[in-house]
Amino acid sequence: MSGVVADIVERVRTLLERAGAMTRFFGQVLWHTPATLLRFRLVVEQVYNTGALSLVIIMTCGLFVGMVLGLQGHDLLERFGSEDALGTGAALSLLKELGPVVTALLFAGRAGTALASELGLMRATDQLSAMEIMAVDPMRRVVVPRFLGGVIAMPLLTAIFISVALYGVQLIGVQLLGVDQGQFWSQMRGAVELGDVTEGLIKGLAFGVACSLIAVFEGYHAAPTAEGVGRATTRTVVVSAVATLVLDYILTALML
Amino acid sequence: MRQSRAIDVSTGLFVLLGFAAIMFLVTQITNREYSWRDASYRLNAQFENVGGLKPGAPVSMAGVTIGRVESIGYDMNLFKAVVTLRIDARYDQIPNDSDAAIYTAGLLGGQYVGLTPGNSEEAYHDGDSIEFVQDAIVLENLISKYLFSQAGKDKESAPAAQE
Repeated sequence: MSGVVADIVERVRTLLERAGAMTRFFGQVLWHTPATLLRFRLVVEQVYNTGALSLVIIMTCGLFVGMVLGLQGHDLLERFGSEDALGTGAALSLLKELGPVVTALLFAGRAGTALASELGLMRATDQLSAMEIMAVDPMRRVVVPRFLGGVIAMPLLTAIFISVALYGVQLIGVQLLGVDQGQFWSQMRGAVELGDVTEGLIKGLAFGVACSLIAVFEGYHAAPTAEGVGRATTRTVVVSAVATLVLDYILTALML
Repeated sequence: MRQSRAIDVSTGLFVLLGFAAIMFLVTQITNREYSWRDASYRLNAQFENVGGLKPGAPVSMAGVTIGRVESIGYDMNLFKAVVTLRIDARYDQIPNDSDAAIYTAGLLGGQYVGLTPGNSEEAYHDGDSIEFVQDAIVLENLISKYLFSQAGKDKESAPAAQE
């Protein structure tokens, strides 16, 4: 019995330890950010790695999420005879929830794992130690550019995801199921306010900070073995997904 | 060198696409007709009951949206709801005896303020109060009025039936 209690205590302690370590790591990343911004080339490369390379999966998934939303939304609204509200419903749900959250989950799966395994492998093959020996700060040279690249890429990916998804909704709703084109757009414009767009982009930015931080943290602190790299990658996805959904609740409660 | 050029180009394309998407979201799917910073003036109206009117609801004249409800407050001296309307400065020739009423758009739609022009030569100016108002129709009041009038009729007709 006491063994179980001790086990639980130990687990909670590890959890708190990790949370504390991550907070400290976040502070370090922020501390080194101004220096890295002077070497913006490194950041641009990482915007390419995390953003431009995630574009295809983001756009494909966006299109399909939008098309499903068009089908389901139309089916639901048709029961109340208000298919014209499809644009409003789809735009608001995409801007406020679906867009940022699904983008963040895809981002964690595509870019987060890439970051974590890359950093983990650098750790496992002693590249990070080698940099330290050469008096190159791996935080500045490797970690912070990757973090900043993710932070810059996420809001842009969110906006692209939402736009493509709206095209998908329109494709199914208007072209296929015959919702009136004028009603679709005008009702949407009547109901969506600038604040809704800002909310989506703020969420995208917040998820970008969270997912990028988790990815570089897990990668940087990976155990220097093949197994350690694998575990860091897995943990990146799991922790990012949980963090995104918890953060989403907090942000929604704050901005509602 | 060539490879880093290619990376630059695709990064640039990605960023451009991202900003294009943001611009699309901001300009194409939001209602940018009446931003609060646009030139506008305020009118006040006091209602006995505003029903379900909310700040941000449209103010319309002949079905055309000319402004928005800015705020709704309660005046403790008058015991009335005070509604502040923000009217677009383009519509500055509204006669100052025009009346305001609270209507419901459609059966389940939101409520809005409708202005009906009067005959005065003078126009409303910033900060004026609308004198003639018509309250929101509250369904419960209508039903109770109907029920009471029915009950009254029954009492009148009951003695008649006895005779």
